[in-house]
Amino acid sequence: MSEFSSQLSELDAFIDGLDTLEGKLIVVLHKAQDVCGWLPAEVQNHIAHRLKVPASKVYGVVTFYSFFNTKPKGRCKISVCLGTACFVRGAQGIAEEFEKRLNIKVGETSGDKAYSLDSIRCVGACGLAPVVSVNGKVYGRVAPADVDGILNEHK
Amino acid sequence: MINLTINNINVEVEPGATILDAAKKAGVNIPTLCHLDLHDINMVNKAGTCRVCMVEVAGRRALAPACSTGCAEGMSVVTNTPRAISARRTMVELLLSNHPSDCLVCAKNKHCDLQTLAADLGVREIRYRGARSKHAKDTSSYSLVRDPNKCILCRRCETMCNEVQTVGVYSAVHRGFNTVMTTAFDNPILDTACTFCGQCASVCPTGALTFVNDVPKVWKELTDPDKFVIVQTAPAVRVALGEEFGMDAGSRVTGKMVSALRRLGFSKVMDTDFAADLTIMEEASELVHRLQHGGPLPILTSCCPAWVKFIEHQFPELLDIPSSCKSPHEMFGAVAKTYLAEKLGVDPRKIVVVSIMPCLAKKYEAQREELAENSEIKNVDYVLSTRELAAMIREAGISFADLPDGDFDAPLGQSTGASVIFGTTGGVIEAAVRTANAWLTKNDSGKVDFEELRGMDGVRVATVNVAGTELTIAIANGLGNARKLLEDVRDKKAVYHAIEIMACPGGCVGGGGQPYHNNDYELIRKRAAALYSEDKDKPLRMSHQNPDIQTLYAEFLGEPYGEKAHHLLHTDFKKRDL
Repeated sequence: MSEFSSQLSELDAFIDGLDTLEGKLIVVLHKAQDVCGWLPAEVQNHIAHRLKVPASKVYGVVTFYSFFNTKPKGRCKISVCLGTACFVRGAQGIAEEFEKRLNIKVGETSGDKAYSLDSIRCVGACGLAPVVSVNGKVYGRVAPADVDGILNEHK
Repeated sequence: MINLTINNINVEVEPGATILDAAKKAGVNIPTLCHLDLHDINMVNKAGTCRVCMVEVAGRRALAPACSTGCAEGMSVVTNTPRAISARRTMVELLLSNHPSDCLVCAKNKHCDLQTLAADLGVREIRYRGARSKHAKDTSSYSLVRDPNKCILCRRCETMCNEVQTVGVYSAVHRGFNTVMTTAFDNPILDTACTFCGQCASVCPTGALTFVNDVPKVWKELTDPDKFVIVQTAPAVRVALGEEFGMDAGSRVTGKMVSALRRLGFSKVMDTDFAADLTIMEEASELVHRLQHGGPLPILTSCCPAWVKFIEHQFPELLDIPSSCKSPHEMFGAVAKTYLAEKLGVDPRKIVVVSIMPCLAKKYEAQREELAENSEIKNVDYVLSTRELAAMIREAGISFADLPDGDFDAPLGQSTGASVIFGTTGGVIEAAVRTANAWLTKNDSGKVDFEELRGMDGVRVATVNVAGTELTIAIANGLGNARKLLEDVRDKKAVYHAIEIMACPGGCVGGGGQPYHNNDYELIRKRAAALYSEDKDKPLRMSHQNPDIQTLYAEFLGEPYGEKAHHLLHTDFKKRDL
């Protein structure tokens, strides 16, 4: 079984386990992104078909929420918080340091799919500002000099 | 009941009514833009996005949108305070600040709700200069043109496509200023499950959804001395075209239409109604054949190209039940470029067939590759909508109202009453039943008017006695209604002998290519009534009685539903992805 079809069957199993299909689009999209890493058109079409909603509607929801990815992400997902608290404590400089090290811009994924760099708006840890989150792990009081260390940890 | 006042006028309304409903009852006009209430087809768009209907409600600090604010006991509403009027004007100016100002050359010029509103509110300058949306125009299809830069995000198209037609092509995509009404993955509309019914364009308040204009191409053919240009007109055109020239809805202008077409320079002015009679010969034969040979039943009519595309996408497992008949105008083309070409001694490659249709989907249908004799000879070359024909008549400076009545050219011009009612919901199946009944009872003086098949309801089921057999017949107009019927057929929850489906609410009289109904379905009812009156006035009212049809079979086609007829007049359908 290819990786994609095993991802689809995991998603199908999740949908089969729902008590109702009504109003479950966002829940299913979360699961799909969790399983596939992003939401390619084939997956969105599959969800539309399974939940009996138009594909246009699925695409509308996916593009509305910045959480959902319509482009593949790297294995290592780096999110730099650019919320107010982090920003005033120098988060922009940290984002630029990551851009320099990885040679990609915020919002992009490296050519080898190893890293993707995103900005987020507040992870609710303003006391630790500036904050960086990598694959869900949160780093607080980050300085540009820490960037190398963080990257090494996630090689 | 709830009591309130609108501009100091006492009104009593049902619970659940909006301020807009109450104002209507009080005879007070509140301008609207995004709001659309087509209760005849159970469609209400109350997105509340445009904020043009703002009114003052006593005791509230902010203005309230009348379309989506419910009435409450003792409420006091004023619609025309300087504050409310100024807010409306500001809203329109803001909409205009992100709208191309090419009204003079816009396809919706003089038919645009935004333009009318700006004029009514006396907008003389746009004080706001801000960012402008920049989206690509979608000209991928043969039927519809999408220009998202002219969209005001009212969601009418989305409500029509998703809720009434259940096709679901459009959705609002992205967020905030970047929001755009588009297709899934921004695909060109040609690559979607769009049926090209054009109902979205019928309700679009601006020029965001319009149609492909084929008028210049037809003018070019008309001026080419090497070409022999034959025009045919669909039944529903003759009861709607007059509206484009200020006549009342339901005015019958068949004779004037024929004269206008002749003056435009067509070599022959013929009638799709003739081909509708031909369709009945084939479809009624197919029905009788299926009744006598154990199915498959039900038989589904196949005249409506939007409905055919709908079943191809949505119910591919049911593709063996539609009648294999081509739609009437395609049959006309096939006969014109063989039988008629031979009779007139004209090279079929020089013949250009132009169809005047109430429909935008026919434009796409004419491009289906199987509807052609070969790569050089398509059945139909161009399709013009009723609106495009009106535009040609105006361009040519023809004074339509003053035209004398003309007659269609023979031999593809004569038709019976049965063909005329093809233009309204229930008409095709009534025409088929008329002929099937006469054939099976071997009696032409039996029943002609099958009133039980008429009406405007979205889904109708009637039992008709045809030669002693009770036939259960279902009729749907509007694709959402068709979906319900097809689900029942697929799930074997209902058994029908025959089903007629028309994609547009009301049938072809309400087609996407007809004069804009401006959200008044009474117009469509009047057009349908006019078709039934034209049917009544015809000396012959059953398709098989058409003498030119009889000659066509005797001289050329042979047996109805026979081999030659199959080659020329029948087609097949293909599964399409969703």
